[in-house]
Amino acid sequence: MNLPLYGYELISDAQGLLVALVLGFGFGWFLERAGFASARLLTAQFYLYNMSVLKVMFTAIVTAAVGLWLAAIAGWLDLSLVYLTPTSIGAQLLGGLLLGAGFIIGGYCPGTSVTAAATGSGDGFVFLGGFVAGLLLYAVAFSGLELWANANSLGPLTLPEVFGISYGVLVLALVVMAALMFAGAEWSERRFSGMRPR
Amino acid sequence: MSAVSTSPPLARADGRLSAGGHRHMNPYLAGFGLGLVLLASFLIMGRGLGATAASGSVVAWLVGLVAPDWAAANPGLKGYYAEPPWINWTFYLIVGAFIGSFVSALLARRVRWRIERGPHLGVPARLLLAFAGGAVAAIGAKLAKGCTSGQALTGGSQLNAGSWIFMLAVFAGAYALAWFVRRQWR
Repeated sequence: MNLPLYGYELISDAQGLLVALVLGFGFGWFLERAGFASARLLTAQFYLYNMSVLKVMFTAIVTAAVGLWLAAIAGWLDLSLVYLTPTSIGAQLLGGLLLGAGFIIGGYCPGTSVTAAATGSGDGFVFLGGFVAGLLLYAVAFSGLELWANANSLGPLTLPEVFGISYGVLVLALVVMAALMFAGAEWSERRFSGMRPR
Repeated sequence: MSAVSTSPPLARADGRLSAGGHRHMNPYLAGFGLGLVLLASFLIMGRGLGATAASGSVVAWLVGLVAPDWAAANPGLKGYYAEPPWINWTFYLIVGAFIGSFVSALLARRVRWRIERGPHLGVPARLLLAFAGGAVAAIGAKLAKGCTSGQALTGGSQLNAGSWIFMLAVFAGAYALAWFVRRQWR
């Protein structure tokens, strides 16, 4: 099999945009099904009484990671044709802290605010408005940060390369880690059920 | 409220939510579905999911209507400016996500106009914080070259080193601030 199809030029740019619509539909569908249109459900992750964010996120990560790995070792997928965002340690550390702060202050992350807005959440729409304003503010005032992030880029870098551990072993480690985290999440929901608003 | 009798209502009549409960899809099942969508994106397109670039493309296009030279030269916008919304892949993805979310909520009778907030916070304050949170998240996502979708989900499953740094930082940032804004949510 010649995967990714787009990388092997088996589908056109226009067909790719159609694929994006379909994938986006599934993306939004599962976010909404999980209850991620609700800011209080999402932020409950950080008060430990509803760990849906962690459960959904890590199940998705493990599913896609195992699938990617299997497709690669089967020879169906050329991993070098799959885009890998370059690593820039300082920028991703600072950016992550800011995104986490925005999440707990605003109640959403960018994707879930779209889901919230689509289901009639006024605060979801306002979060999206703030997001657009933030991008504009960044362009006006923080261009220097962009140059700093790019100057310190290490290029595409994966954990197997960093640790010198084989890809398959690390995927297995990810599965084990996720299983332990899920056990911890179930425990946490029982332990902190008193935090749940009545 | 009577219209939602077949599935427990997401919001109470006062517009406040009671978080938690079992009325949504099992989170592991929803995560598996989301993971398959992400995997399909890798296998078909050679890229993962993302949400930030869609807004970026719209912002750059709007700025370009007023100041095209500035948009084309600005380090934070020029990448987006080169791809206006109608040819931007992530823009189509997010339009699809909006439709998918709406259809899912419609079928589950969860579409309703609301301002979601905790019991101790007024509507204006909630909206102010939502706006501020969105703005802070945008600066973070731009700096990190991705958000929870483009970095944590996508890069996480690729075992991307920078994505894992990002993901740990997101949880650290949110947990560190959670105590200070607890009155907003609880």
